[in-house]
Amino acid sequence: MRLRLADRRIWGLHLGLIAVLFLLQFVLPDYHHTNVARILVLATYAMGYNLLVGYTGLLSLGHAMFFAAGLYGAGLSIYYFDLHPVLGFLLGSAAALVFAIAVGLIALRTTGVAFMIVTMMFAQAFYLATLYFNSITRGDEGLVLAPEARRFAFFGLDFDLAEPVTRYNMALALFVGGLIVCLMLVRSPVGRVMVAIRENEERTRMLGYNARDYKLLALSLSGLLSGAAGAAYVLLFAYMGSTFAGIQYSILPLLWVLLGGVGTVVGPLIGTLLMFYLIDKTSEVMSSYLIVVGAVLVLLVLFFPKGIAGTLRARYARWMP
Amino acid sequence: MNPKTPTIGGKKNLITRRSAIKKMGAAAGAASALTLAPGFVRYVQAQSSAPIKLGFQVHSTGIGAAYGRWYDRTTQAAVKLINEQGGISGRPIELVSEDDGTDPKRGAEVVEKFASQHQVDLVFGTLFSHVVIGAAPRAGELKMPYFVVSEGYHVASGSLNRYVFQPGITDVRSQVSSMAPWIAGNLGKKVTMIFPDYAFGHDHRDYFSAAIAAQGGSIAALLPIPPTESSYTKYFPQIPSDTEVIYHVMVGPGVLTFVKEMGEHYGSNRPQIFGFVDSLEAVDLASPGLEFLEGTYFWEANPRYAGPNQTAFDKFYREKVGVDANGASVSDPKDISTYSHMFGCWETLYVIKQAIEASGYQGPADKARLIEATEAMTGFSASNEHPQGDKLFDGKRHQCYGHQFISKVEGQKLSVVHQTSIEDGQYENDTDYTKQSL
Repeated sequence: MRLRLADRRIWGLHLGLIAVLFLLQFVLPDYHHTNVARILVLATYAMGYNLLVGYTGLLSLGHAMFFAAGLYGAGLSIYYFDLHPVLGFLLGSAAALVFAIAVGLIALRTTGVAFMIVTMMFAQAFYLATLYFNSITRGDEGLVLAPEARRFAFFGLDFDLAEPVTRYNMALALFVGGLIVCLMLVRSPVGRVMVAIRENEERTRMLGYNARDYKLLALSLSGLLSGAAGAAYVLLFAYMGSTFAGIQYSILPLLWVLLGGVGTVVGPLIGTLLMFYLIDKTSEVMSSYLIVVGAVLVLLVLFFPKGIAGTLRARYARWMP
Repeated sequence: MNPKTPTIGGKKNLITRRSAIKKMGAAAGAASALTLAPGFVRYVQAQSSAPIKLGFQVHSTGIGAAYGRWYDRTTQAAVKLINEQGGISGRPIELVSEDDGTDPKRGAEVVEKFASQHQVDLVFGTLFSHVVIGAAPRAGELKMPYFVVSEGYHVASGSLNRYVFQPGITDVRSQVSSMAPWIAGNLGKKVTMIFPDYAFGHDHRDYFSAAIAAQGGSIAALLPIPPTESSYTKYFPQIPSDTEVIYHVMVGPGVLTFVKEMGEHYGSNRPQIFGFVDSLEAVDLASPGLEFLEGTYFWEANPRYAGPNQTAFDKFYREKVGVDANGASVSDPKDISTYSHMFGCWETLYVIKQAIEASGYQGPADKARLIEATEAMTGFSASNEHPQGDKLFDGKRHQCYGHQFISKVEGQKLSVVHQTSIEDGQYENDTDYTKQSL
C-alpha cells in the first residue's frame, strides 16, 4: 500500500523530528542535554493540554491539577510505599486520568469562560489540598525522592534515572509516546469530530455526534498525558511540591501552546523550547529579562498570531496536522 | 511511615558547650597553624591563580525578590572584601549570579547551569525552602557543593544529601525552640499560635508546641490561616480568653492587614504578643497600620537596629554592606533590609573560604575533600567574618547553630531585650550525612 503524499510528509516530518531529538543527545553539551530532557517532559504536558484547547476548543485553566496528580500519584507512592518506579508512573498517570474524568463530568456542563473558571477552581482546590495535607506532601516545601528509589530493574535491564543518558531517553520515550498518540488521534475519525466540535459544536450535534462524550474523551486523554508528564517529572528530577499544582503551572502550558501553535502536533514542543531558552538566555545578559520576554511574546503574537507552527502551516504547509 | 523522617534520640549527637568550645579551639589552632606555615600556603597558592568561581543562586524575581535584592548586596560586599583581602587561597572570587525566579523547577535548572555551563566550583545563596528542596537533588547528582542560606530545617532533618550545607544561618527548628524558655518565663505559658497553613507555619506549630510544653506551658489554641486569606477578623474571636501570649508568624503582604485587624479587635486590652520578624523583613516598622505592634515582641536572628550592645563586628559588617543604624540602606532610609537573614550570605562566604583553604581545594577534582573539610568544622567565633555571633557547626547534620535575639517594639523600633544561648535551640536527631557516599 502506498502512502499518499500528505501522509508521507506528515510521517516524514514527525519521524524526522524524533530522529533529530534522538541524535541530539550525542552532540548536546551537558547543560543543554538535561534541559532538552526537561523540555521533552514539559512538552508532553503541553501536548496533552493542546489536545483539549487546540483540537477540541476547550480552554482550561486547571491543568496543573492533572500534572500534579501525576506528580504526586507517582511520587508519594514511591516515597511512602517504595513502589517500583514503573508502577509509580502508571499509578500517577491513572490518578490524573481519574481526576480528569471526575472533573470532566462536572466541568463539561459548562462552556467558554465558565469552563475556564470551573477548571481553575478545581485546580485551586487541589493546590490547597496539597498544602492542607502538609503532613503527607510537605506542602510548598515538597519532598525529594531518594536516589535509591529511582534505581530499578525492568525486563532484566538496570536503570538509574539520575543517569543523564537514561533520563534523556526516558523523557524522549515519553515524548514520542505522546506525539504518536496525538498524531494518530487527531488524524482519526475521533480527532475529526473533536475538531468539528471546536469549529461548531451545534452543527456537530446536529450531525448526530454526542459532543459531550467526545469532549469528555478529549479531557480524559488530555489529563492522562498531562499526568504522565507529571509522573515522569518526579521520577526524572526527583522533586515534588505544591508549586507544580499552582496556577502558574496551569498558565504555562497555555503559553507554550499559544507560542508554538494551537492545534498543531509539533507546536507544543516548539513553544516549550522557545520559552525555556528565551528565559535562559535573556536572564544571562540582564536582570530585567522578564520585560524582554514579555516584549518578545507580544511580537510573536503580532507576527505569528496562530503560533509559530500554526502560522507556518497556514502559509507554507497546510498538510501539517 | 516515612523512613527519612529523623527520629528523636542519638544522645551522642548532642553538642555541648564544653565539647564545642574544645572543638572550636582546636579548629582555631589549626587555622593559626595554617597561617604560620607559609611554605604550605605558598605551595597551595602556587597550584593555581585562576579565580574561584562561585555560583550565586539568587531570588531576583518571584516571591523572594525582596530578600534576593539584599542577599545580593550582602554577597557583593563580602566578595569585594574577600578579594581585597587576597581572595581565597590567594585566588580571587569570580561571582556568577543567576536568578531562579524563586521557583523550584528553575532552581534545579540554575544549579545545572552553574555546574555544566558556568562550571563553578560551588553554588551558594538559595533562600526559599521549596527552591532549596527542588534544587538539592540535582546538586547531589551533579556532585556540586551547595551552600544554602535558607534557615529551613530541610538540611538538618536529613532529607537532602551530602553535598548540601547550611553553615551560615540557624535552622527554624532551633530558632523556634530557643524562644520557648524566655516566652514561658516572661510573657506567659498559655499560648495561642497564629500561623500560615503550610509547611513553614507547620514547622513553627510543631516545634514551638513541643518547646513550650517542655517549659511547662501549653497551647491554648492553634489557628492556621489559609494562604489565600486576605482578611483575618474571623480568626480573632477564636482566640481563647485565657490566652496569655499570642504567637504569630505571618509571611507575605497580608501582614499589614493582619496587624491592623488584630489591633482593631483588641484595642488597648490585649494579651502579650510575640511574633517572628520574617513577617516584617524589608518592611518599615513605622509603616501606617503597624502602630498596634508597639510594646510587642519579636524574634530576630540579627538585630535590625544598632542598639547599645552593638558589637564591633556588627558595626563593621553594617558599614561594608551599606546599612545604617536603623537597618535601612545608607543611600535610602526607606529601603529596609532583610537584616535577620542576609548576614547568612556573608557568613557562608567566609565558611566557604575557610573550607576551601583548609581542604587545599584546587579544582573540581577536590570536591570530596572540600565536603570533608566542611564536615570537619565545629564552629565559628564571633568576628568580622561572623558578625551575627559565634556558632556551633554540626558536621553530621551540615547545619550551624547560633544565638537568637528577642526584641521589643519601642518607639516604632526594635530594642533587644534578650539574647538566647546556643543551648536553648539544641535538639536531637540522628541525621548523619557523613554516612552517605561522595
